[in-house]
Amino acid sequence: MAEANAIAKGKKENKSNSQLMGVWIRLKKNRLAIFGLVILILLILMAIFADILAPYGYDEQNLQNTFQTPNLEHPFGTDEFGRDILSRIIYGSRISLQVGIIAVGIAVIIGGFLGAVAGYFSGKVDNIIMRCMDVLLSIPQMLLAISIVAALGNSLANLMIAVGVSSIPQYARIVRASVISIKNQEFVESAKATGSNDLRIIFKHVIPNCLAPVIVQATLGIGLAILTAAGLSFIGLGIKPPTPEWGAMLSGGRMYIRDYPHLTLFPGIAIVVTIFAFNVLGDGLRDALDPKLKQ
Amino acid sequence: MGNLLEIKNLSIEYVTDERTNKAVNNLNLKIREGETLGFVGETGAGKTTTALGIMRLVPSPPGRIVSGEIIFEGENLLEKTEKEMREIRGNKISMIFQDPMTSLNPIMTVGEQIEEVIKLHEDLPKDELRKRAEAMLETVGIRKERFDDYPHEFSGGMKQRVVIAMGLACNPKLIIADEPTTALDVTIQAQVLELMKELKVKFNTSMLLITHDLGVVAETCDYVAIMYAGSVLEYGNVERIYNNPLHPYTVGLFNSIPSLDEDKDKLDVIPGTPPDPANLPTGCKFHPRCSKCMEICKQKMPEPIEVEEGHYVSCFLYDKDVKEGR
Repeated sequence: MAEANAIAKGKKENKSNSQLMGVWIRLKKNRLAIFGLVILILLILMAIFADILAPYGYDEQNLQNTFQTPNLEHPFGTDEFGRDILSRIIYGSRISLQVGIIAVGIAVIIGGFLGAVAGYFSGKVDNIIMRCMDVLLSIPQMLLAISIVAALGNSLANLMIAVGVSSIPQYARIVRASVISIKNQEFVESAKATGSNDLRIIFKHVIPNCLAPVIVQATLGIGLAILTAAGLSFIGLGIKPPTPEWGAMLSGGRMYIRDYPHLTLFPGIAIVVTIFAFNVLGDGLRDALDPKLKQ
Repeated sequence: MGNLLEIKNLSIEYVTDERTNKAVNNLNLKIREGETLGFVGETGAGKTTTALGIMRLVPSPPGRIVSGEIIFEGENLLEKTEKEMREIRGNKISMIFQDPMTSLNPIMTVGEQIEEVIKLHEDLPKDELRKRAEAMLETVGIRKERFDDYPHEFSGGMKQRVVIAMGLACNPKLIIADEPTTALDVTIQAQVLELMKELKVKFNTSMLLITHDLGVVAETCDYVAIMYAGSVLEYGNVERIYNNPLHPYTVGLFNSIPSLDEDKDKLDVIPGTPPDPANLPTGCKFHPRCSKCMEICKQKMPEPIEVEEGHYVSCFLYDKDVKEGR
């Protein structure tokens, strides 16, 4: 009896994750994607344990030790105020990941909902929502983000809102396209025939079935959002000093790039590595979630 | 037994820019309590549209219910609000769709999907809900251990059982089964039909069985309505119609069934094709294909005539006035 229970339990655990398991097995085959995933996990751990990992505080100035090139005491050197660049990069990962994830979160939730409503109801509702999205799309994303930050003032929250809002249309378009293909399937009609109302159908049946492309786009989008945020900080519209933000660090080091290139090199590498990791993971996920590649 | 459902003069159209397809024309129908009505007709005869019309789920646009009444338990469904309809769907009238492969949500477990139906209409605590859903699974012959499995882990026949369990979960008064066995192979068909027959008696529901398989009708139904181009040509008790088909179209349908006793190279077919619903013939819709067509058939649509008790046929051949040349 105990044995049977154990088998049943094992089977249950296996079953409830069977789809996720399939995706994971396929993702595992893609080495580059796993490499990206490992980097991301390290980055996230770095952000969480920044207080323990960082050898110095992010705003700890030492005016006698400015512009040190990388050495044993300061592996990445120090900046114009003698602050340890390694520590600032470690603390900066918090800001960057936060901006990336929350901004994309905003965009996915709002864009996804608008897209789902537009795709599901079609007709007039679709037209109104998608034309508004077209208006947003017609403005270059960076320019839109700049104007939003300029209007709201610079702070971390506003930066996230700016980056998030400016990428809403992308998600709306993706979700709308998949909703249109899913809403005509028989199980949606069957849900109607059991008396579900429209909102319930959207949330219970339609959206869960079109998550795959959204997950892919969101993974790629986080990289882009971090880049946009860094860009905004670079032109001085991001986060106020002394908060360590990779883009702001780049911008701060720009003036000394000839004499002390390490001031810009290391934050630059941090940005590149992070975005690279998100991109390869996103690509890998896209392949893993594509049902046509199932074997 | 009283009438559970009565459809009077129902007309449904699909309107597009270029054309108007008259899918259902002046359809009259009734289903009594506990009775199974077979709804037979060729592809495109408007069977599914009628079913969707009863559920008020005709896709609109382009679909439109033009006129008529659908009386269910004494109330006209066409006058109900959308909210009232939602309470009826799944609860009092439920529908079983043709293809079990696509009528289940691929990313919800079958148990959740049955629970979902019950949850929509009844307020039950969680464990009670699960018990009910598990009991439903067992009723349709699926072990309750499979509650947490996904649809893709079931075979076609099993999926159709799940769909039937969903349809019966709230103990509806009427089940509309839209070609429930078309997507299944013959042995599974027999099992599913047997199951539906059994459950219909057990739950005391009425059933509207849409099919184009006359064998299935003979097996499961009490009454049968022969449909052509959106209206019912002949209606009556299964035995009466099978023993004594009257309408030339019904006769043609029966003649086109291969017989085991005779050795034939070619099956008898009804000449021609079903009419274009955007351009229906005048008079009797069947007259261009009818071997017994008369002058009056081209001008006037025949009214249903009661030839024997409970056996109606819409054909001038059985109209005494026409026969006597008046």
